[in-house]
Amino acid sequence: MVGTERWPDGRMDEIAIHFYGSHPSQWELPMSLKAKDLLLTRRELVAGGVASSAVLAAGCGPAKLGDRESLTEGEARTLGVICDEIVPGDEFPSATQAGVLDYIDRQLARAYRRHRDAYTEGLEQAERLSRAKFGKTVAELGGAERLETVRAIERENGAFFELVRSHTMEGYYGSPRHGGNRDAVSWRMLGLEEPPVRGRAQFDLRKGSSS
Amino acid sequence: MKQVNAVIVGAGAAGGIVAKELATAGLSVVLLERGKWYTANDCRKDDLRNQRTTVLGNAFGPEDEGNPRVWVDPRGEAHLALASEGSYQNDAACVGGGTLSYGAQAWRYMPQDFRMRSTYGAPQGSSLEDWPISYDDLEPFYEKAEWEIGVSGDYAGTPFHGPRRRDLPMPPLPPGREFALLEPAARRLGLHPFHIPMARNSIPYNGRGPCMRCRWCCGFACEVDAKNGSQNTVIPVALNTGNCELRTECMVKEILTDDRGRARGVAYFDERGHLQEQLSDLVVVSGCATESARLLLNSKSRLFPNGLGNRYDQVGRHLQGHHYTGAVGFFEQDTYDDIGPGATIAVTDYNHGTPGLCGGGMLANEFIRLPIHMVDRLPAATPRWGVGHKKAMRAWHKRTVVIMGPTQQIPTAEGRVTLDPDVRDKWGLPVVRFSGNVHPHTFEIGAVQAERAEAWLKETGAVSTTRMAGKPETVSAGQHQAGTCRMGNDPKGSVVNRFCQIHDVDNAFVIDSSVHVTNGGFNPALTIMALAYYASAELVRNWKGTGYRS
Ligand SMILES: Cc1cc2nc3c(=O)[nH]c(=O)nc-3n(C[C@H](O)[C@H](O)[C@H](O)COP(=O)(O)OP(=O)(O)OC[C@H]3O[C@@H](n4cnc5c(N)ncnc54)[C@H](O)[C@@H]3O)c2cc1C
Ligand code: SF4
Repeated sequence: MVGTERWPDGRMDEIAIHFYGSHPSQWELPMSLKAKDLLLTRRELVAGGVASSAVLAAGCGPAKLGDRESLTEGEARTLGVICDEIVPGDEFPSATQAGVLDYIDRQLARAYRRHRDAYTEGLEQAERLSRAKFGKTVAELGGAERLETVRAIERENGAFFELVRSHTMEGYYGSPRHGGNRDAVSWRMLGLEEPPVRGRAQFDLRKGSSS
Repeated sequence: MKQVNAVIVGAGAAGGIVAKELATAGLSVVLLERGKWYTANDCRKDDLRNQRTTVLGNAFGPEDEGNPRVWVDPRGEAHLALASEGSYQNDAACVGGGTLSYGAQAWRYMPQDFRMRSTYGAPQGSSLEDWPISYDDLEPFYEKAEWEIGVSGDYAGTPFHGPRRRDLPMPPLPPGREFALLEPAARRLGLHPFHIPMARNSIPYNGRGPCMRCRWCCGFACEVDAKNGSQNTVIPVALNTGNCELRTECMVKEILTDDRGRARGVAYFDERGHLQEQLSDLVVVSGCATESARLLLNSKSRLFPNGLGNRYDQVGRHLQGHHYTGAVGFFEQDTYDDIGPGATIAVTDYNHGTPGLCGGGMLANEFIRLPIHMVDRLPAATPRWGVGHKKAMRAWHKRTVVIMGPTQQIPTAEGRVTLDPDVRDKWGLPVVRFSGNVHPHTFEIGAVQAERAEAWLKETGAVSTTRMAGKPETVSAGQHQAGTCRMGNDPKGSVVNRFCQIHDVDNAFVIDSSVHVTNGGFNPALTIMALAYYASAELVRNWKGTGYRS
């Protein structure tokens, strides 16, 4: 299902409400979640129901993906390098490929407004470190240089590094609705069913798998 | 505003029950709640913003903005805490209180938990005490809570529990994969594993359907309404009597008293921030341990210059929660089945009776884990970031079992809530200030519990384990907060009497987790509920139609 979420600052986002199921018996909505309470969207009507939740869950936030709410383009480039060392790409997407920058950028304008200055300072310091070590901007660094620089940030600016590490993990492994974990990539990577199977379908599908 | 018989502050676990009991007995009741009443539409399952993982804020209150608290570290330095930070020691602020989003483990304490001092003696520096009431006094009310709120489970596997006259109303949910792995191992260790009692429908009950076993339970509201809290049981019953009015987003500022020192109602800020007075014959405070203490301390008057019930400087003291310790086990085979609520199996063999330890606690497997919970729970040698961390997430997310439990805390008089002299909330009220820390013997018990959890995991076949037994420097309160308005016979050493009545104000009561003398080695909600039924029964018995005679 798709509904809307009102943010503390008043804006409305389209969200996927986690009510999934493959069996029609599960499609009945709980009492207070009747259609009239929901602002059904065109997308949802077109998609015609439950199976589309996964698609909609991916980056279902504001239409303007790519537009930054708080980071400058320069900051985003520097931060992206750090995030991609924290969760690098392998057979599965890296942090930035999964939308972690969108996550951090949005939260710095919302729940993490209090960390905005720490990011400005931390990213400036990261650039200074990189220039002093290699004479290049962070974005210009090669693979090994990137790793070395991020290690240096961890050593010399531990508080900032921990902040970015936590936020990167949140963006990568948290709920897709906040801009990160695009298309639930990390959940799929861990082998979690997406959309999740619930209710009777669990027992229909996995008969015998649990005691 | 029309005077009513009773004002209840807080529509949580206890407040909802008191409202129902008084309204059903014919009293006119106003139930004031600072938070909102959420519907299923608000109950989205958000891994980053729920009542347990709160990195993006509390899903069910309070908000970060305008609700600060202060905590003092062991070096005496004060720090500001946001509502979503651990040091805030939050429970919740909404209709249902903690029970809207709790894990719903519904435990009875054991008979020994009500006489900790007689059983063990008080360790030096502690304020370990006996309750003025016994397990037997509460037993009928435990039963009432189990049947009215609705509890599923099965105690048959264990002899370690207090006597009970009646079984639980619902069978346990079918066990999952972790249960199947852990149960035989516990038996091999000579333990008595059994199904955790849960305030969760396993079959249709009370007009609502059963749990559909989702991934998001503890910390989340249930969108199929299978989890039983005060918001979907007693509060609707109270409202249906026609005798109870629930007013949400109303923050009670103080309890008003007359010149004879009796309560005459409360002053509160309504949802638009306007100051209102609601006069009443009785006032019941059910705001949970930290906020109830704050309200009493903020209720200053000529007769009560240090706050209501605080003649002997007892309000706010003996604050306690639980010291959670345990272990993580890593397995060669999949342990994860994606079937909620996850926590299924417990042992209560270790709650009492270990020589040299004052008590102990229950051990159980953890609620179903979300990926974000695994980030810092990987095997010890795992890199904290980089491709090694990512690979470890893949390797272990489905092959991990966590066993942990609430170690019964040894209370101290110094672990407490006071008012901060400077910091104010958005209504201009002085905020909670925490000081003191956990009695060191609690850590000794917790460390032993962690070893036991580890041993259970090893017997189950864990290839490696990590113990979790921290020694936090703060007070411990949080979701399981209790104490602060201790129940006792001696007015100099407690705040309320055995019926939850404030010692020197006969028409004002504190009925919630605040009155717990000690907090058991179990999650506290069912005991809070039983106490609410028990105290309400006494209140109704003494109600004379126009006023309260004690
Ligand atoms: C995520 C989570 C999981 C939990 N899991 C379990 C579990 O599995 N088992 C268990 O036993 N317990 C669990 N708990 C704890 C349990 O919910 C609490 O112990 C219980 O709800 C406390 O009951 P109470 O009546 O004392 O207070 P609450 O339920 O917290 O209710 C107090 C209410 O009073 C309101 N209030 C306070 N001050 C004021 C004021 N001045 N004016 C107006 N309103 C006010 C608050 O907003 C709140 O709604 C959990 C809690 C959480 C948050
Ligand atoms: S596990 Fe069951 S009770 Fe818990 S939220 Fe999901 S459906 Fe509701």
